Amino acid sequence: MAEKRLMYGNHAVVEGVIAAGCRFFAGYPITPQNEIPELMSIRMNAIGGVFIQTESEIAAINMLFGAAAAGKRAMTSSSSPGISLMQEGISYIAGADMPVLVVNVIRGGPGLGNIAPAQSDYYQATRGGGHGDYFTITLAPNSGQDLFEFPKLAFELAEKYRNPALILADGLLGQMMEPVEFSYEPIDPKSLPEKEWALSGCKNRERRVVRSYDLKPGKLEEWNWRRLKKYEAIKKNEQRFEAIDCDDADLVVVAYGTCSRVSGAAVRMARVKGLKVGLLRPITLWPFPTDVLRDMSQRVENFLVVEMSCGQMIDDVKLATECRSKIHFHGRPGGGVPTPPEVFTKIEQALGGGR
Amino acid sequence: MKKIFGRPDGLTDTLLRYCPGCGHGIVHRIIGDLLVTLNIRERAVGIAPVGCSVFADEYFNCDMIQPPHGRGPAVSTGIKRSRPDCIVFSYQGDGDLAAIGTAEIIHAGARNENITIIFINNAIFGMTGGQLAPTTLPGMKSTTSVQGRDIEKQGYPIKVCELLSGLDGPYYLERCAVDTPKNIIKTEKAIKTAFKNQIDNKGFSMVEILSMCPTGWGKTPIQAKKWITDVMAQYYPLGVFCDRSKEEK
Amino acid sequence: MTKEIIIAGFGGQGVVSSGIILGYAGLIEDKHVTFFPSYGAEMRGGTANCSVVISSEPVASPIVANPDIVVIMNEPSLARFEPTVKPQGLLFFNQTLITSRPKRKDITPIPVEANAIAEELGQGRIANMVMLGVMAKKTGLLKIETLKKAQRKRFIKADEEQLSLNDKALERGYALL
Repeated sequence: MAEKRLMYGNHAVVEGVIAAGCRFFAGYPITPQNEIPELMSIRMNAIGGVFIQTESEIAAINMLFGAAAAGKRAMTSSSSPGISLMQEGISYIAGADMPVLVVNVIRGGPGLGNIAPAQSDYYQATRGGGHGDYFTITLAPNSGQDLFEFPKLAFELAEKYRNPALILADGLLGQMMEPVEFSYEPIDPKSLPEKEWALSGCKNRERRVVRSYDLKPGKLEEWNWRRLKKYEAIKKNEQRFEAIDCDDADLVVVAYGTCSRVSGAAVRMARVKGLKVGLLRPITLWPFPTDVLRDMSQRVENFLVVEMSCGQMIDDVKLATECRSKIHFHGRPGGGVPTPPEVFTKIEQALGGGR
Repeated sequence: MKKIFGRPDGLTDTLLRYCPGCGHGIVHRIIGDLLVTLNIRERAVGIAPVGCSVFADEYFNCDMIQPPHGRGPAVSTGIKRSRPDCIVFSYQGDGDLAAIGTAEIIHAGARNENITIIFINNAIFGMTGGQLAPTTLPGMKSTTSVQGRDIEKQGYPIKVCELLSGLDGPYYLERCAVDTPKNIIKTEKAIKTAFKNQIDNKGFSMVEILSMCPTGWGKTPIQAKKWITDVMAQYYPLGVFCDRSKEEK
Repeated sequence: MTKEIIIAGFGGQGVVSSGIILGYAGLIEDKHVTFFPSYGAEMRGGTANCSVVISSEPVASPIVANPDIVVIMNEPSLARFEPTVKPQGLLFFNQTLITSRPKRKDITPIPVEANAIAEELGQGRIANMVMLGVMAKKTGLLKIETLKKAQRKRFIKADEEQLSLNDKALERGYALL
């Protein structure tokens, strides 16, 4: 086992991205993710990678578009308002079937909001986010270790399916320090295979075109139907989740990211009190782990959805459980972070034992 | 029979769909020639903008990418920094470059990004039907300034070469026109310089080209050429605005 | 064993550093740890606080609502965090700078002349080290030697003179009880 290092979540992302063989970062400062570009500027400089502090998030995402089209692993990070600015670019990148990694360290919104942790960008992340019919693979870490490991997974999925991937963190995960184990050998970018679609100059081959448009009648429709097949494959193959104590549960708490940590503590409190409560933590938010929830809803009577928002993921839980179970909700929007006793109280109430 | 003139290998064998008398075809031809004569076609990556020349990705016989409106310089930066051996050129219209993409062009210039920008200034939004552009002349009619551009309400045009020449970053800035054979030859020379600068790792080079849009202007092709000479080039003077090679000597 | 700790004070009192030192110390002793600071607007000269969890099991929640232990460096933080302490919890407070006294009877208050001792050692800003020393002794949570190692991980750029002074402050705190 490699040595564990105490690290900020934001720093773990940087090390994870570099270990994943990415040598291209472009981004713009915004709290609470500034530690990412700060450390990235030092690390990329040290290893001969590209670091660009851009004039805007719009420029950053489009630099990624260029770098990805050139066949390179490329990433940016931002927080909610900046991610909103990137949506145009993400739509084009999805439309051109290019793999990039975008990390969103979510803060309170809407508007300038605040800089406290939030999960209120769930809809934006899981419904495409920009214009047009598309989805982005979305991973939800809940620890420093995940923040180190998910960039590699995100690049692999993004490249396998030629689709943008998002890591949806929040201010707490970014600002928290935890021990992180560098759990795999860093990837040498030179060892990554050349992409058969990359723009690199058309020497000894046909020229290549990267684009998201087709004005010929019927062509775009065909293209979109083809992309839907890709999305269906992702939904079939890539649903990821973690289920704790769910087998005998009368109530299952559904929570991701920071809320899954808080809820995990609440579930422990409930078990100590003899309540049969479990935790289902979606790791992929898109594709949402619909299958496991559908199965659970055959026997679990109550689900409690805990989110740092007014309630967004709850829609996916309702869709997955197909009206079979009772869906309860506990939300903290605008930068509020729930505590374990708070969630425990909701569990008691949902089970009818609360005050 | 000996063939003395033909389509250059730098252009695909595709029919250009531009309007009769449009300047894009002339500039495409120049670039297509230079891709071959400078021997860069096989390492070129071109950027086709949003606008009439969105179809440039079908016309240039090299790798091409089509980014969001105005973001050509950012996409170029991503490609060039990822593959420094590629010759990256961003072909942009005036709506693309001087309206929605103002920030990207200024900052690519400020960074002296080693890319080549071909900037087509026809003083109008062509593709969308002749609306007011950031380059529309005072008093000039468009579909969103039917009485003519009112500087009280719609402000002044942006002179991009003058604007960028205020920066320390750019290596080479020149404004040309394609209204006369003489000016077309000058344009070819300028674009050649802009490509050579990138080949020699000199940095950011932009050629602004005053170009005809007979359809958007409501003129015949002949009138359109004459209007560039008589009116447009008076407002947008031709010439070199910045050439750092002079400082190096 | 899981101990939830909140450290609170003014910006500049070494609140965040104390939390990170506890984090390093926990890691050195092979425990599970999390550290979460208040950040952003609050970090510019206002109040600062951080949550630390040290546990023999993986830490579920890094968010601490009801701490087992609070370390209070200034007056406003006493008012804010005293009510949150778990019954039978420990409340360490910097008596030099805090004039009011904890009111709750179901917790154990531990007054520490942290700033006075730090000044005596020649540097007011190491009051946080004195507090950490006292806490280590009272709780038995971490070894004093571990804290000494941990502060060296935190202040990686500090000179030896400063690091030894920090050690002294830790020892003085440890010797108080």
